[in-house]
Amino acid sequence: MSKDSKFCPGCGQTMILQTLYRILQEQKSEEKAVLGLDIGCSLLAWDFLPINTFQTHHGRVTATMVGFNRARPDLLSFAYTGDGGAYAIGLQSLLWAAKRNDPVTVIVANNAVYAMTGGQTAPTTMKDQKTDTSPSGYDADPVDGMKLIRSVNEKAYLARGAVNEMKDMKMYLEKAIQAQRDGNFAMVEILSFCPTNWRVKGKEMIEYVDNMKTAFPTGEF
Amino acid sequence: MEKVNKQFLTGHEVVVQACVDAEATHMFGYPITPGTEILSGWIKKCQEDKKLHFLQTEDEIAAGFTVCGALMAGSKAFTATAGPGTVLMQDAMGMADGMRLPFVTIIAQRGGPSSGTVIYSQQEVNLAIHGGNGEGLRLVFSPSTVEELYRLTRKAFNDAWTYRFPTVVLTDGYLLKTKQDVTLDFAGENVEPKPLVSEHTQKNIRNIYTFEQELMDELENQKKDFDEMAKTVTEFESYKVESCEELIIAHGIVGAAARDAVDELQAQGKSVGLFRPITLSPFPKDELNKLVKGVNKIMIVESSMGQLRDLVKQSLEVENKIKIEGLYKPAVGIEVEEIVELFK
Ligand SMILES: Cc1ncc(C[n+]2csc(CCOP(=O)(O)OP(=O)(O)O)c2C)c(N)n1
Ligand code: SF4
Ligand SMILES: [Mg+2]
Repeated sequence: MSKDSKFCPGCGQTMILQTLYRILQEQKSEEKAVLGLDIGCSLLAWDFLPINTFQTHHGRVTATMVGFNRARPDLLSFAYTGDGGAYAIGLQSLLWAAKRNDPVTVIVANNAVYAMTGGQTAPTTMKDQKTDTSPSGYDADPVDGMKLIRSVNEKAYLARGAVNEMKDMKMYLEKAIQAQRDGNFAMVEILSFCPTNWRVKGKEMIEYVDNMKTAFPTGEF
Repeated sequence: MEKVNKQFLTGHEVVVQACVDAEATHMFGYPITPGTEILSGWIKKCQEDKKLHFLQTEDEIAAGFTVCGALMAGSKAFTATAGPGTVLMQDAMGMADGMRLPFVTIIAQRGGPSSGTVIYSQQEVNLAIHGGNGEGLRLVFSPSTVEELYRLTRKAFNDAWTYRFPTVVLTDGYLLKTKQDVTLDFAGENVEPKPLVSEHTQKNIRNIYTFEQELMDELENQKKDFDEMAKTVTEFESYKVESCEELIIAHGIVGAAARDAVDELQAQGKSVGLFRPITLSPFPKDELNKLVKGVNKIMIVESSMGQLRDLVKQSLEVENKIKIEGLYKPAVGIEVEEIVELFK
């Protein structure tokens, strides 16, 4: 990768980004790819890959890439965002990009918290999960991005992967890129390690992600 | 030279024509009175010319950010908004401030705060210049006639793509709804858009800085560029100011009324002139200071409680201790007679 990683050691987001880059290399599409970054830990990717990248604002990467795609539909437009950027502050634009079937690929790193700001409740925070802003445990079910987007777009490619299921994650991303090439909206949500805010390491991190799969089953939707 | 033609058009139509003539290709917008007809007028043009594109977005936040994305990709994109929409637009304009994007927006001022009134006001001056969480390094034009609306909209695109500062054409519903014979005239070539990223670049562009000093250095460079730009883009009109004792300062459509008032006042033998800033940012500071040297009173006239007055006060040098009076009518139109009355 191009520069030193700014992500915490063990962060799942580097695995997502490296997988994306490997696919682009295999497809000889590095030059064609443009990676827009939401504000969240996603912003740390700004110089992580040797491709065109730019930071946007929190919740605004999808709208920005919709605009980019409308100007350059021949390039590959990626919107890389956290779960908060996708399903809370940026939901309005995510839903509408999906509803219009804008051919952009949204990649959501789901770590069940607002990681960049220190672990507050996110739209993906799970029932009974404790965070700084849900000290006695979150009292509702999390947002299911797959169901939400499917409800507005029948043609969209939708999949949920996990950083401990690397082969499937790669396949989902490949299919999402193909969907964009075919003129369709695509979204891949990936359950991603956040050792810093989960306050776990090693084997426990895998257990944490596997537990997440009860609320967020992986697969294509 | 471009061909000059006289047509019977509304301000809305003139803005749309200016965007077409500037070779803009993408408009992203959300309907709001009194700017809606810019969106619908542009969409009509898109039906006639397949090289033109539009998207009615889900809100002004998306309108602004889709513009940012299209600009990054190298398209001459723009938006138009008003009132509460101008407030929502600040998020994207902030990104354009930070990343020096050639963001062009036409702001059709309406009365505020809140949803206020829907046709007229001069209360979005502060928002146009200082609505972002930074230093307000934006280029803001205030046209006073329909013909100026055309010329400044054309110029907005050229200046935005030349100097890369967010650029606003600050107008209002009265001017946009005015229908009259106009000569669409603009001297100069269109500036070509250039992509920030493409298959020929490998750039990593940021708007977040790790160190405070980095951001301050960036802002100091921006300020240097802005001040350099000011030397070429700053515009104003001095009308019948030769040895005048009292000076009216007004902008936009109120400036047009003030011009007529000056004619009437001088016909009555009164020594009153007009200074009309055409760029509100950068403000024509030097010219103002030169002009007020021989003047003993400034009369500010504006449809706001003092947003223009504050720009004037900031610009006056300390030694120019001069009496400032004003007619401040927030969100209300100002007639020629009212201005004449002020000098009874
Ligand atoms: C408009 C705005 N509101 C709030 C913030 C502060 N903020 C930065 S990142 C973030 C949350 C990020 O969470 P998520 O999108 O899940 O990404 P993560 O950091 O978990 O990867 C917040 C609230 C901001 N930058 N901008
Ligand atoms: S806080 Fe969490 S998501 Fe952010 S870089 Fe560190 S491990 Fe990754
Ligand atoms: Mg998160």
